[in-house]
Amino acid sequence: MMTATPTEVTTVTLSINGQSVTAPAGTLLIEVCKKLGAEVPAFCYYEGFSLQAACRMCLVEIEKFPKLQASCTIPVSEGMVVRTESPAVVAARKDMLEFLLSNHPLDCPVCDKGGECELQDMTFRYGAGESRFTEIKVHTPEKQWSPVVFYDAPRCILCYRCVRVCDEGLGVGALGIQYRGVGAEIIPNMGDHLNCDECGACIDICPVGALTSGAYRYKTRPWEMNHVGTVCTHCSNGCKTTLGVRTDEIIRGNNRDHSGINGEFLCGKGRYAFDFNKHEDRLTSPLIRKDGQLVEVSWSEALKAVATKFSETQAAGGSFGVIGGVHSTNEENYFLQKFARQGLKTANIDHQRTGDVPALLDALSGKSDVLATTDDLYNTAAALVIGSDLAQQHPFLAYQLRANGRHHNARVYTVTPGKVREADYAAASLIYGSTAELFAKLDELRDRLKAEPELVILFSDAVKGADVAKLVAYGDSLGIKVKYVALVDYSNSRGALDMGLLPTLGPGYHAAPVSGLAAPDMLAAGLDVLWVMGADPGKGNAKFTVVQDMFLTPTAAAADIVLPSASAYEKSGTVTNVCGQVQKLKPAVRTMGTKPDLEIMGLIAREMGLNLGIWTHDHVLTEIRSSVAGYNVPLPVIQTGGAAQAQPVNGRVPLDGRPELVQSAQDTLFTSGTLGRYSKALTSVIEYPGKLYSDNQ
Amino acid sequence: MLFNEPHPLETRVLTKRMHEPGYNGTVEAYERYGGYKQFLKAVEMTPDDIIGEVKTSNLRGRGGAGFPTGMKWGFVPRQSPKPKYIVVNGDESEPGTCKDRVLIENDPHLLIEGCLIAARVVGAERGYVYIRGEYRYLIDIMERAIDEAYRAGWLGKNIKGTGINFDLRAHSGAGAYECGEESALLESLEGKRGNPRIRPPFPAVAGLYASPTVLNNVETFAAVPSILEMGGKAWADLGIEKAGGTKLTCLTGHFNKPGVYELTLGFPVEKMINEVGGGVRGGRKMKAFIPGGSSCPVLTGDEAWPLNMDYDSMAKAGSMLGSGGVILMDETTDMVKAALRIMHFYAHESCGWCIPCREGTAWLKKLLTRLDAGSGSARDIDLVGDLAKNMLGRTFCPLGDAAALPTMSIVKKFRHEFEAKLSRPVSVPVTSPDQLVSLG
Repeated sequence: MMTATPTEVTTVTLSINGQSVTAPAGTLLIEVCKKLGAEVPAFCYYEGFSLQAACRMCLVEIEKFPKLQASCTIPVSEGMVVRTESPAVVAARKDMLEFLLSNHPLDCPVCDKGGECELQDMTFRYGAGESRFTEIKVHTPEKQWSPVVFYDAPRCILCYRCVRVCDEGLGVGALGIQYRGVGAEIIPNMGDHLNCDECGACIDICPVGALTSGAYRYKTRPWEMNHVGTVCTHCSNGCKTTLGVRTDEIIRGNNRDHSGINGEFLCGKGRYAFDFNKHEDRLTSPLIRKDGQLVEVSWSEALKAVATKFSETQAAGGSFGVIGGVHSTNEENYFLQKFARQGLKTANIDHQRTGDVPALLDALSGKSDVLATTDDLYNTAAALVIGSDLAQQHPFLAYQLRANGRHHNARVYTVTPGKVREADYAAASLIYGSTAELFAKLDELRDRLKAEPELVILFSDAVKGADVAKLVAYGDSLGIKVKYVALVDYSNSRGALDMGLLPTLGPGYHAAPVSGLAAPDMLAAGLDVLWVMGADPGKGNAKFTVVQDMFLTPTAAAADIVLPSASAYEKSGTVTNVCGQVQKLKPAVRTMGTKPDLEIMGLIAREMGLNLGIWTHDHVLTEIRSSVAGYNVPLPVIQTGGAAQAQPVNGRVPLDGRPELVQSAQDTLFTSGTLGRYSKALTSVIEYPGKLYSDNQ
Repeated sequence: MLFNEPHPLETRVLTKRMHEPGYNGTVEAYERYGGYKQFLKAVEMTPDDIIGEVKTSNLRGRGGAGFPTGMKWGFVPRQSPKPKYIVVNGDESEPGTCKDRVLIENDPHLLIEGCLIAARVVGAERGYVYIRGEYRYLIDIMERAIDEAYRAGWLGKNIKGTGINFDLRAHSGAGAYECGEESALLESLEGKRGNPRIRPPFPAVAGLYASPTVLNNVETFAAVPSILEMGGKAWADLGIEKAGGTKLTCLTGHFNKPGVYELTLGFPVEKMINEVGGGVRGGRKMKAFIPGGSSCPVLTGDEAWPLNMDYDSMAKAGSMLGSGGVILMDETTDMVKAALRIMHFYAHESCGWCIPCREGTAWLKKLLTRLDAGSGSARDIDLVGDLAKNMLGRTFCPLGDAAALPTMSIVKKFRHEFEAKLSRPVSVPVTSPDQLVSLG
């Protein structure tokens, strides 16, 4: 919610190309032109970032002004008469492009950007057919700034978008300008290397091929790829990433059309860390332990072995334990708990808990509209971050808060165990030592927060169990509208909770009919069968372990049967992000030999002769929509790549009283659990000799 | 150090002290010759009265743009709760201009007094004298003068019991012509890269640290004490209608007696060249005349002779009075080389911020280099004019215009010199590439 301003916004009427148009006073002319459909080209103007007026492409003719004016910096005023297609304007655009191309290398045939380059498009649309430049061009060698960022100065048109997105968007400020005149170029503030998030936002925002990605450069032409918009499978923020796929291989991840919930934002994981998918250690064949060794077997043999083991154990009245995944889809997790509860008749179900969502829902019982969305983070008047280094662990949420501060002067307060990036612009930044001290620090902030019109509180695993209720009581005491986000770690951590992968809770946070064992207890309980799907809880003392995973994790290596599963980039299904937004995965590639977890479970059920319903993701989603509280999400929204808000139960939630099991993995921008270890791009960034945030880590 | 002997035709107002025998520019000397009295007078006046006097004086900004100073001061929101700043533009970098250094070098306290009066008007308590990096030694002089002024009680807290506080500092530029542009100067002063800012807001409203700022040229500030001393009317009457007072005029180039002379506004060019400047070097003919620094369109000798040195007269002739840096070129001058030298300067000084200036100046420099070397074609001459035209009025700050205007005028007025340098003289005007081929 933006703070309502009592003064009414005055509107002005102006004329653009003979058409009368009304707009709020002070709106930039280029924006009004855009709304009207009068095309005004620009390189340096970029909505949401500071104004440059450097590229001079958006010059338009305004009556009573002696010269052409840059429409990106002119606020509209009453009676303005604007022409965007007059001969003078058309000529100016053509001349600007001639200047731009004078020192441009025109190496489009080999340039990564060829085909999706704004300079190409502008030249095609507005430029001259021939060049009058016959001098020797300025040339400087290409530079590598990090394992994933390269800079080719001759291609650079100096629109300063990269400088601004890094400074204003990410709050990193790793880029600047050196030299002047025709020799001016972008340079890392460290001189020869980047000390930054390696998020690649600079590459994304570059209108030309000046900034290129180490993971993608010179690998393909853009038009040879299919572009698959899906959801990043790393952290819990649920950013849309578009995978560029050629001949069943992911060549590129980027933020191609900025159409996801993440808008302009994508971090290094979404951009580069898709490469775990084709890691040579990917499991491509089921494995069965024979004579102490895991040996490759056929799918039919493996499935039969699992089904037989499950059926025999069940018939013998043996015990089961089931641990689900935090990257698995909602359909898979839902089906897994259904399989466990209805098929195997066990209540021992859990997953890797990273944030105490159940405790929050319980504490908020009876309140409505109290769970913040990612949009709320951009619109709230104030936010309080507790316990999390947001820029490291939830980079998109941090980006939203930063943009909110920039555009709406939102105040951000942080109470964290160490220095965080938000401190650079926060209204107040407090450091705590222990949880007890945490609440003391919150008390220090109480009066300032009371003065805010509204607040969003984001809290990490530092606040869990009974402390969550204490935090909500604190929020209530402020006397203002407060919304909450319980931070969780992974791409479907929230979905795993919502789907009831808990020993005490079924789907939709309803009490499970029977309570079971939590994950660490299962590992120690000497169960007859432990079934792990997409998780790495470690080797327990179960008599028989079945693991579904992409890699031979320590758990898988010690298992009796290992089934190779497909990654999130290889399957359909839905995932739910940290704020409860449900989005759909789109399969980009296939890996020979693997199967999606849902299919694996369905095949096991079939082998066992169990009827758990049709096991395609569409059917399971239909069941989820009709049976899980808050998941009756509109299909057209998610089918078309949108995000639908799940509305979890509003009521008391039975808690298992085990807050110590809620443990964030404290991932950074460069780690992502098992997936991160198998991403060469992420590990290359960690290993690279430049120090990455040495003072923060 | 003075460049030259004074000339009887000068009207010495700003420079009156520095020609006195034994005058050394110290605070004692300045006080002995009536210095700082105008500040004390200003304390007795209301800010509006002072602005009124400055408006009456018809003082126009001496940095080159010629904006009426009184009006500029009037734009400063004096009621703003923000601190106000005084900033002196001493980044004198315009080729042909060397007047500010004469003022700072010989009478720095005049500048300090001008700042004090401006501070009195807007209620500023802090000021900066931004001096171009190449004037390293002037920074020492300025700092010494500021130290003297503090010691003598003309700077600091409660100055001479008036209740006025004012601190002044000298600040060094780092060698960029661009920082003479007021908004780039402010960026530089704030410790950033010297790129120009988007305007509006203008410095009067949001200048240094986004606070109201009086930003004027050294000579403009230095003129203020004499305006209060003589009264705005009397000061205005020194010059002509619409342009009051005197102007320090730098006679550079092919003069017999080059130097900095204080002449009234509207001084005839012919008298200035032949009498004050001692005539054209070696009795030659004047080929070209630049009235106020290299950014002004070039006039031919014939055009320049009948003009007067004032804003309107020069504008009517298609040029500008500019900063008062007169450049005279006699008949031996190679105008292609002159154009190249000017473009070399602007290509070197372009900050690189906007496309037309960054690319245009560099391209023009290469083109002119080729034409000068004799390997150009007739089309290249047209291209020079065309590229300069394409820069004109489209750049972010006036540097692009400053590069385009002299170039366009030289090509237009001295085209024959370019043609004479062509590798193959073209007698038939070339209008299309095909025609060029058929010429064989």
